[in-house]
Amino acid sequence: MDEERTSYQVNHLAQLESEAIYILRETAAQFERPALLFSGGKDSIVMAHLARKAFHPARLPFPLLHVDTGHNFQETLDYRDQYVSDLRAELVVAYVQDSIDKGRVQEEKGPFASRNKLQTVTLLDAIADNQYDACLGGGRRDEEKARAKERFFSHRDDFGQWDPKNQRPELWNLFNGRKHHGEHFRVFPLSNWTEMDVWQYIKSENIPLPSLYFSHQRDVVHRSGAMLAISEVVTPQPGERIETSAVVRFRTIGDMTCTGAVYSEAADMDTIIYEVATARQTERGTRADDKRSETAMEDRKKEGYF
Amino acid sequence: MHTDIPIDEGYLHMDLLRFTTAGSVDDGKSTLIGRLLYDSKNTFEDQMEAVEATSKKRGDEHVNLALLTDGLRAEREQGITIDVAYRYFATPKRKFIIADTPGHIQYTRNMVTGASTANLAIILVDARLGVIEQTCRHAFIADLLRIRHVILAVNKMDLVDYSEKRFNEIVDEFKRFASRLDNIVDMVAIPISALHGDNVVDKSKNMDWYEGPTMLYHLETVYIGSDHNHVDARFPVQWVIRPHSDEYHDFRGYAGRVAGGVFRPGDEVVVQPSGFTTKIKAIESYEGPQESTFAPLSCTITLEDEIDISRGDMITKPNNPPKKDQEIEAMICWFSESTQLSPNAKYYLRHTTKEVKAVVKDVRYKVNINTLHKIEDDKTFRLNEIGRITLRTSAPLIYDSYRRNRATGSFILIDSLTNETVAAGMIL
Repeated sequence: MDEERTSYQVNHLAQLESEAIYILRETAAQFERPALLFSGGKDSIVMAHLARKAFHPARLPFPLLHVDTGHNFQETLDYRDQYVSDLRAELVVAYVQDSIDKGRVQEEKGPFASRNKLQTVTLLDAIADNQYDACLGGGRRDEEKARAKERFFSHRDDFGQWDPKNQRPELWNLFNGRKHHGEHFRVFPLSNWTEMDVWQYIKSENIPLPSLYFSHQRDVVHRSGAMLAISEVVTPQPGERIETSAVVRFRTIGDMTCTGAVYSEAADMDTIIYEVATARQTERGTRADDKRSETAMEDRKKEGYF
Repeated sequence: MHTDIPIDEGYLHMDLLRFTTAGSVDDGKSTLIGRLLYDSKNTFEDQMEAVEATSKKRGDEHVNLALLTDGLRAEREQGITIDVAYRYFATPKRKFIIADTPGHIQYTRNMVTGASTANLAIILVDARLGVIEQTCRHAFIADLLRIRHVILAVNKMDLVDYSEKRFNEIVDEFKRFASRLDNIVDMVAIPISALHGDNVVDKSKNMDWYEGPTMLYHLETVYIGSDHNHVDARFPVQWVIRPHSDEYHDFRGYAGRVAGGVFRPGDEVVVQPSGFTTKIKAIESYEGPQESTFAPLSCTITLEDEIDISRGDMITKPNNPPKKDQEIEAMICWFSESTQLSPNAKYYLRHTTKEVKAVVKDVRYKVNINTLHKIEDDKTFRLNEIGRITLRTSAPLIYDSYRRNRATGSFILIDSLTNETVAAGMIL
């Protein structure tokens, strides 16, 4: 009996993996045209890895969709192209620049302009143009308080909006993806993962990551409590503190205008896991987009953000 | 997961416990969760800064740990919780998922939702008030959803002078009620003060008479290994994998998540509902063939013979076969605010990976969840009501009783007009 006990024990990563794979397969089965949102960040990399496992030895039954703000780190784009070719997956890129050129959105002006908010329109347009009925995202409930109530299958109305008061209850393993014409779903297979789980999983699965996640030297500017990489789109303003060759890494990767670096000498997975375990600030503490107001995430989600 | 991971890495031995918390308004549930997160060092500086600032702004006497669990703006404005929220924390032994559900009467639905995936329920009572109607309701729902482990957390012990006598009175009262509930196999009562931290993570200095575990110690050590069914082999087919590539020309794999039992290559299997028999050729995965698979793992199974199998079918074994019927008896909880369930109504029924149509043939009774009495003269279900019905389905269901297997004994009903999930069902 004791032998039986131990042999059927499954650790937390295996349970999370099994759950995520179940959700990925359920999405493929319940929707006609799903797509996997791929940003080149670690969560979407883990998602693509899980999708590969879920449908092995077949290819992914859906494309990867990247919403490109035009302000990406080059490392992210290089990584993306390599990873997509390893997966033999189809990649669809939607450009925020196209939305700007078409007059669908207006670019923020001034030195602190960010395209982060504009992504929402580009994403919703891409969903409509390609008739995607479900978008798989790497969002996790531990990231931010508005996400703590997010469902695995998150229903969006025909304007792409999220209504926190009108969500479908989710019980057991049963997910209701039925919808009316024009509505779509966001699906979050990593809902129950924490930042720590993601790192442990990346390590145990040996998943390669963009170099930005590891310690390196970089010129940065300190702006509104965040440390931004200096680039064509982030230029230091008078009075701002500049630091050359700071030893930093990124805990999250997104648009260059709002992804803050942290001081870190963590150059390998073990040190990163140690750093995450002892971190004193939440992961999104480095994101300037969440600092705009206390309910910034909730407001963006209602509009149809990731 | 790779099997060649070095075993000296502690986190690879962590397992996962899902629990739900139930308490009435003001029982201190949010404070308890905040205390668990804070004392187990699962909070961050920026979170604590925000909580301290808000506490100060509201004029709270203590740093209000309940604010750590605060969710959406509407809740912050109204000071109530409106829906199930999920929280996460971990210790070196376990990762925990908390389904934080509100305790108001109108939110039975949320507690049922949170309880559906939980291994354990924490039922909170206020030491001053003792076991009240809502306590019984929470215990009833925990039992109905087949939660086997319950912690009765007697909170606010500081307000009853940490009295052992008062604690024992409450425990006896709860046991009298809980003895009528037979799914709860393991109940532990713990006297706590969430506000001051007594017996939550750290042992209380105010209750020497209590010799049991602290709440966190119990959460870390309670044995949940037998919560999954490893006896009755059940594999609902979720997706058929056909690569159509040169390398895997004839590959036909059945992908799914094991809902019960253990499967190994060479095992004789019966495919339901067709009843065809064959053998398992291999258990496939990205890492290569596996020696076995069991609940709750996801995998891909290939079979020796080519049989027509699609999503919604179930691979089982000749021993302990599942039931197969178009008429089922079930307990349901009604979830819809805008519609009511009544005899002859039709719905979509989603069970494992299968969806069928179902018609309500009979409403047997509803349950008054405060007294557990049956109500037989009112056949209409409104929001949050629980009772027993008979359903007839358009195709046979392959199922077990919910008591025997949560994954193959549960279903949801979906309104065919609004597409809303209107009920949760547990097959008898």
